[in-house]
Amino acid sequence: MAHHAPEHDYNAEGHAVHGKANVKPILKALAWIVGITAFEFLLAFTMDAGSLRNAIFIILTIFKAFFIVAEFMHLRHETKSLIWTILVPMALLIWLLVALIAEGSAVGEAIFGAAR
Amino acid sequence: MANPTTTLTGSASYEAPRSGTWDGGNEPFKASYGKLMMWFFLLSDAFTFAAFLTTYGMVRHRHLAYVGEAKDFFFSTMHWPIPEKVFNAFPGLHGVDIPLAFVALMTMILIVSSVTMVLAVEAGHRMDKDDVQKWLLWTLLFGAMFLGCQAWEWTHFITGSDHGLKMVDGSTVYGANLTVNEYGPVLFADLFFFITGFHGTHVFSGLCLLTYAFIATTNGTFHKRGHYEMIEKIGLYWHFVDLVWVFVFTFFYLI
Repeated sequence: MAHHAPEHDYNAEGHAVHGKANVKPILKALAWIVGITAFEFLLAFTMDAGSLRNAIFIILTIFKAFFIVAEFMHLRHETKSLIWTILVPMALLIWLLVALIAEGSAVGEAIFGAAR
Repeated sequence: MANPTTTLTGSASYEAPRSGTWDGGNEPFKASYGKLMMWFFLLSDAFTFAAFLTTYGMVRHRHLAYVGEAKDFFFSTMHWPIPEKVFNAFPGLHGVDIPLAFVALMTMILIVSSVTMVLAVEAGHRMDKDDVQKWLLWTLLFGAMFLGCQAWEWTHFITGSDHGLKMVDGSTVYGANLTVNEYGPVLFADLFFFITGFHGTHVFSGLCLLTYAFIATTNGTFHKRGHYEMIEKIGLYWHFVDLVWVFVFTFFYLI
């Protein structure tokens, strides 16, 4: 590729750029996500399956989601009103989950009865 | 970051931008139109994926669970399989039981691609065209790698094991399709195809957007525009795809 003009060395205001990249918060979030995932694998092979393990998995997943949404998607640095606009509707999903899991269990019980 | 209204050029703007509170001059979210709409789209997409995963939970609770020690587990259409017994294959190691290793690799690839995407956005803030190009290329590479891994996993899932599963009518079923599978109830494979397939489609769309972003960056489109907001918007989408995978990973592979 021909390198005719040094156009990329200046920003819109005409100032030279190539400032130092601020990657520390990004790498910190990455370390958390990788660490949590490694811990999940450890649990998957050392802990017996059950409601307790599932609860731990779900809580850890929400932690990972926090790092992705807050740091990678930058939501933590947006205005409060935007943060709540995105987060509050998600609360509806809690009811969806509770209702449909209960529904599934009820249907299963109706089909299999005492076998469960 | 440059305000888009201040960089409007050409003959499109004959009159001064409206700035009154009720004229559209108010920005309560302090986010541009495009970014806001991307957030709202992602919110709706989150509902779609949540509905899929909730359906998985519902269907799983409707079926019988395997009771007994994990080491004595056997495949049957009567009970829901333990995920680590289904997803235990690794490319090049035929017949070796390596539970969840391949999906761990896929997860890492996607998380790393998310990090390179943040770095592309960060480089865009500094108006550093070369860095944006570099990190977009890495993101494209990791995204394509993830999709390749998924293709391998689907192929393995569809082909099945050497021994298959003996059915009551005496026939043997190998692998999986939408009507029968050797791993468990019919809906187990159906949900696998729909959920990971829908996610894979999102990854593919993301790769198309990234390809566009790379070409436009190389052509200097965003540099002439004075800001790299398009990279930010595509970045939001790409991180969302990673976010969804984190949940798919937990609900499909771990629990």
